[in-house]
Amino acid sequence: MAEAAAHDHGDHRPHGWVRWVYSTNHKDIGTLYLIFAIFAGIVGGALSVAIRMELQEPGIQIFSGLAQMVYGMQGDAAIDGGKSMYNAFGAAHGLIMIFFMVMPALIGGFANWMVPIMIGAPDMAFPRMNNISFWLLPPAFILLLSSMFVPSAPGAFGVGGGWTIYPPLSTSGQPGPAMDLAILSIHIAGASSILGAINFITTIFNMRAPGMTLHKMPLFAWAVLITAFLLLLSLPVLAGAITMLLTDRNFGTAFFVPDQGGDPLLFQHLFWFFGHPEVYILILPGFGIISHIVSTFSKKPVFGYLGMAYAMVAIGAVGFIVWAHHMYTTGLSLDTQRYFVFATMVIAVPTGVKIFSWIATMWGGSISFKPPMLWALGFIFLFTIGGVTGVQLANAGLDRSLHDTYFVIAHFHYVLSLGAVFAIFAGWYYWFPKMTGYMYSPVIANTHFWVTFVGVNLIFFPQHFLGLAGMPRRTVDYPDAFAGWNMVSSYGSYIAAVGVAIFLYGVFEAFQKKRVAGANPWGEGATTLEWQLPSPPPFHQWEQLPKIK
Amino acid sequence: MRKFLASAKFLAGTAASAVLFSSAAARADQPRAWEMTFQAPATDMMRQIERFGNYTMWFIVPITILVLVLLLVCIMRFRASVNPVPSRTSHNTLIEVIWTVGPVIVLLLIAIPSFQLLTAQYTPPEEAKLTVKATGNQWNWDYEYQVDKTFTFNSAVLQDADRAKAGKEDRNLYPRLLAVDNELVVPVNTLTRVLITATDVIHSFAVPSFGIKMDAVPGRTNETWFKAEKEGLYYGQCSQLCGKDHAFMPIAVRVVSDEQFKTWLATAKTDVPAANKALMAEIDGTNKVAAAGN
Repeated sequence: MAEAAAHDHGDHRPHGWVRWVYSTNHKDIGTLYLIFAIFAGIVGGALSVAIRMELQEPGIQIFSGLAQMVYGMQGDAAIDGGKSMYNAFGAAHGLIMIFFMVMPALIGGFANWMVPIMIGAPDMAFPRMNNISFWLLPPAFILLLSSMFVPSAPGAFGVGGGWTIYPPLSTSGQPGPAMDLAILSIHIAGASSILGAINFITTIFNMRAPGMTLHKMPLFAWAVLITAFLLLLSLPVLAGAITMLLTDRNFGTAFFVPDQGGDPLLFQHLFWFFGHPEVYILILPGFGIISHIVSTFSKKPVFGYLGMAYAMVAIGAVGFIVWAHHMYTTGLSLDTQRYFVFATMVIAVPTGVKIFSWIATMWGGSISFKPPMLWALGFIFLFTIGGVTGVQLANAGLDRSLHDTYFVIAHFHYVLSLGAVFAIFAGWYYWFPKMTGYMYSPVIANTHFWVTFVGVNLIFFPQHFLGLAGMPRRTVDYPDAFAGWNMVSSYGSYIAAVGVAIFLYGVFEAFQKKRVAGANPWGEGATTLEWQLPSPPPFHQWEQLPKIK
Repeated sequence: MRKFLASAKFLAGTAASAVLFSSAAARADQPRAWEMTFQAPATDMMRQIERFGNYTMWFIVPITILVLVLLLVCIMRFRASVNPVPSRTSHNTLIEVIWTVGPVIVLLLIAIPSFQLLTAQYTPPEEAKLTVKATGNQWNWDYEYQVDKTFTFNSAVLQDADRAKAGKEDRNLYPRLLAVDNELVVPVNTLTRVLITATDVIHSFAVPSFGIKMDAVPGRTNETWFKAEKEGLYYGQCSQLCGKDHAFMPIAVRVVSDEQFKTWLATAKTDVPAANKALMAEIDGTNKVAAAGN
């Protein structure tokens, strides 16, 4: 025993490619996830910039040329191919950003890295499963990307049904193999997430350090626990739905085929039973991150800790019973719509609790405006804007006019692109010194924030106006009257793209300059366990379990 | 810091401009350049939707401004240079009750008119006098008039090459991507029921100035209704992604007087193009200003 205790684990650290490919270390896997998310984010972001370039002015400018270049189409075929390619870009942008950027960054990346450390655990409960969770993602991503290069509908390549892949457009509407590849991709990405969710639930329930009761657990761990339950309960429903899609497409079943007794709306119910919890899956870990950052940089404990934790529980629970608010215009009965209006509005209450508790955490604090705090402040305000437009959209009567317009695009990008993504960057700048041991340049980080802040607001605020004026979403071309705000929105996207470049440069610069960050660069406000470890933390941490007061 | 404040001010400005959503600027029945609000209502239902939308603004804009102001107060009063010693307060039951109950009350105030609006949308004030069935196809609409002698015609986006032949060269009245070859023609002040379905994939029948949007789902017939108050041309677009030409299947509704409709209907039963031609000639001749200057 004494010999084992004196054992230096550092000697057993695998090296070279083995360390990464065979990795069972939660920190290494977390790093892999983060690198993967950055790469996927660049791809998904590039797709959205192409979309904005197309929409910068009326007419079809970019995509016919792209279809010519990529698919070798000519003349009218190139124009038609371009229209389909635009739809494929839209679908791929959504799927990539959700399944391959936000989820890997927040859950696979930050949660993998920080949750075991925060709860005083040496690693995840199932390290090998953690490995397969990650390594399922690259093949899934490759499947999705390759779907863009195989036929879907006649004269078209790539999945052109939006990320929601509603049948019959995703069945009889696109008989080619592109949709099958995408379905397999989502299956694999979903399996990866389910395995990850099982891992997090087991870890958090069983591996907390002595004395760390659930009610003393940091809010990020709470957020990840709730997120893991949402994943575990919602992803199998998606898997079922897309399996039915797959058999409808290939094996003659008729789950969604109306003339053989099926119902296309069944898919929408199943999809949104997953899809609505999914949007909370994307934002809840962000809620946790923001709580930590606001508390750290205000040098105050989180205000209303229990309220914050149970607000997330409430959001997660109610998130399962609001799905049909995505379907107000499908012909739901009046009473069904009444119920979903009511249930949806309920979610605003715990969300309000969170916003006000963050402000109360700052109230009376001693706030320093380091880059993570800047992103967190941006998050709180922009998420509020997205939240209040969500309250508007909850009303079926008003949604009649806003559904499937750019107003909806603006709303969910305010909560996701300006909410979840701001939370990701907040977390990045918060934990980067911990994960790497290096401090980034605050000037670059601040520039990144301001450029992104201006860019994304320019993109998405005018889209409210477009939606009110009636511009439908997912159109490759639009009536000339919509040109003005579309131009503004497109310029915003170029500014946001510059922001991404600044971000990447900041990462490069930090690794180049190698400024040593120290164990706790944020001072007395940073109270969670990760700040008690050196930066970067040892390969295996908590060989002596931390004591929780 | 200064930069943060400047940008916060900009945002406050945008939020404030949102209050002006309700300002009765030049109103239109089709989208206008730099429009920031709903298109002008052409039905009482759309007016109710607009009124409710403006009503919600009275809650959400102040809430957003409140959050912004609180953030700014925190930034000013509680930054490290001003307030070096943080308080340790982490509980206050009263304030937590207030910010739970407050939103509940706000939501109730929104919910009551919201449910009234929703109910009104499903409670037509009178029996429908005309029933039209709109069937979405990739990528055009079939309109079936369910009158004594049922007849159907197709309505597709107006190609630029066909403008001259169709007499639709006025791009203000017949905008690109909104104008069609054969409009849906309905009489003014008449409750019209629209039955909506599709043959291939899901489409959505939407006319913003009427306040209607209803998905066209294969194998299912959905129903909506409208009662247009003013003669003129009203435009909408397919509002559910339906494939390659989703952007190119507009919906155009021509609202005409009762007499004009009767004349049109009589001819249309046998010859839709001729009926449209005669109708356009009459509108151009007698009613040009009302139709174009709307």
